[in-house]
Amino acid sequence: MSHGPSAPGTAAGAHAHGHDAPYEPVFTPGSARSKELAELITRYPDKRAALLPALWMVQNDRGWISEAAMMEVGDQLGCTAAYVKGVVTFYTMYHQHPVGKHFIQVCTTSPCLCAGADKVVEAFLEKTGCKELGLTSPDGKYTVIEVECLGACGFATPVQINEDYVENVTPEKVPEILAGLE
Amino acid sequence: MGYPHKSHPRETPILSKHFGEPEARTLDGWKARGGYKALQQALHMEPTAITEIVKASGLRGRGGAGFPTGLKWSFMKLGDGKPHYLCCNADESEPGTFKDREIMRWTPHALIEGCAIAAHAIGAETAYIYIRGEFTEPIRVMEAALAEARAAGIIGKNAMGSGKRVDVWVHKGAGAYICGEETALMNSLEGKRGNPRIKPPFPAVSGLFGMPTTINNVETLAAVPHILNNGAEWYKAMCLSNPKSTGSKLYSVCGNVAKPGNYEVVMGFSFKEFLYDLCGGPLPGRKFKAIIPGGSSVPTMNMEEAEATLMDYEGFVAQGTMLGSGGVIIFDDAQSLPRQMARLARFYAHESCAQCTQCREGTAWMTKILERIVAGQGTYEDLDTIFDLSEMMTGKTICVLSDSCGAPVVSAIQKFRPEFEALIKGKRSSTVAVGAR
Repeated sequence: MSHGPSAPGTAAGAHAHGHDAPYEPVFTPGSARSKELAELITRYPDKRAALLPALWMVQNDRGWISEAAMMEVGDQLGCTAAYVKGVVTFYTMYHQHPVGKHFIQVCTTSPCLCAGADKVVEAFLEKTGCKELGLTSPDGKYTVIEVECLGACGFATPVQINEDYVENVTPEKVPEILAGLE
Repeated sequence: MGYPHKSHPRETPILSKHFGEPEARTLDGWKARGGYKALQQALHMEPTAITEIVKASGLRGRGGAGFPTGLKWSFMKLGDGKPHYLCCNADESEPGTFKDREIMRWTPHALIEGCAIAAHAIGAETAYIYIRGEFTEPIRVMEAALAEARAAGIIGKNAMGSGKRVDVWVHKGAGAYICGEETALMNSLEGKRGNPRIKPPFPAVSGLFGMPTTINNVETLAAVPHILNNGAEWYKAMCLSNPKSTGSKLYSVCGNVAKPGNYEVVMGFSFKEFLYDLCGGPLPGRKFKAIIPGGSSVPTMNMEEAEATLMDYEGFVAQGTMLGSGGVIIFDDAQSLPRQMARLARFYAHESCAQCTQCREGTAWMTKILERIVAGQGTYEDLDTIFDLSEMMTGKTICVLSDSCGAPVVSAIQKFRPEFEALIKGKRSSTVAVGAR
């Protein structure tokens, strides 16, 4: 439920590839990912049901989901790249552009807004050097976005950084959180 | 218990009894707490007998709609030769709600047990737990618990040596509030865009992969083992008001309140005592102003209504709102309601799947108009436009996302009109203390 990045980033994190780098397939025959996908398909009567999990594997390994990746996933699951794109664009968590090494999502929906989430957003933008929401910092380290309800409203303001939630975040805690990310 | 703080003596911790205990997450720890006894028993019962017990207990859906769980299960035609499916709705995304997250984080085996029992009762061999993509920690905990349960033969080909097959899988979502709507969830699970489907056909006839399917919320399923262990009468007896609402309910409390967190109380509990005693009342020097009690999709209450409420399905309806998911959002006198409503409308506009015109356009315009009012550029006609808009958005679309956008906003304007009018007059509302808590 994020407001996905609105503009291409320039990040090249450990596992990410940029717009210009060639796409390296994820599900090459005999690879661990290929076996993982084959096992996953057995859980469903229709292999297309493995589409969301397959996209997660791509994003995990390549950092984002490029058009070439959509083609690869489509080939694996018997659907067209256009179909895959339709699905990718529906869900906000799939990155359609490279993002910073640390993808920071600040919840600002009403319960968090009560707790001053807007100030937390400002603090992250300022301290990371990201010029605006959705843009990646010049050093490629950070992308900050606002996210819709993270489902941790009693721990306002929750911030999701890559996989993990950080709870009860206030603007004052932002520098310390960023320092812990290196 | 009122996780993250200690249980209050007036709580009835059943689902939340083991929140905060890391050992409860493990199979051994769960068994030591009485886990999987109900499943063992259930697997040797006739499916219809289980459904009858659940029916008799009065358990109703905890995801928002409050549909009787046993009745829902009874819609599944057993022995029709088709594969049946159980979906567990763990897409918890309703603003203000964070109870299912705690159930999965602390008592994953309770959910697995509930899923396995329900699957057997509806004649399903496969259950999918659809968890929202952001919930990476609950997903990790659930996966670990499932791996343990599988390795121990509790679920799988021959569940607990019963000869029955019960597979339970986690399916990770990817960010879409709408996938908490049951038919959207099924589409998403099938690898499609999460657009809600037109009903009928209802899921019990044609659901996941076109087959008979039952969808239940996490909290609903987690309550099932307790009902089998202690009996329908025990569950039914947990009722302080209307006999149509039974059992315990987890409430997520957030916003401007002294002790936010999860609280579990018996149906029919006094909302006034809940707010001021259990949740610790307002923050120092502040007063409660308004409450959205059932996740953000239900009408906003003023304090007079809230303090007169008995907390059950009928009790909230009697005060013009709904119990919903039990996500209690509290706004105090330092908050600007127009600003909060504008933000809520933006949530719905962002989350609309855009299939239906009324929703796609309505949520966007609702946001635009409210943001204009908050910016001091609104007119008195804008308020009437919002009422008209809400009427056009209600009851006219495939799912209720559109209705949900109008409900809190319209009721807030009706009950707190002077706040909106103060902004329109160009005077900044005295209560616009932004970001304070």
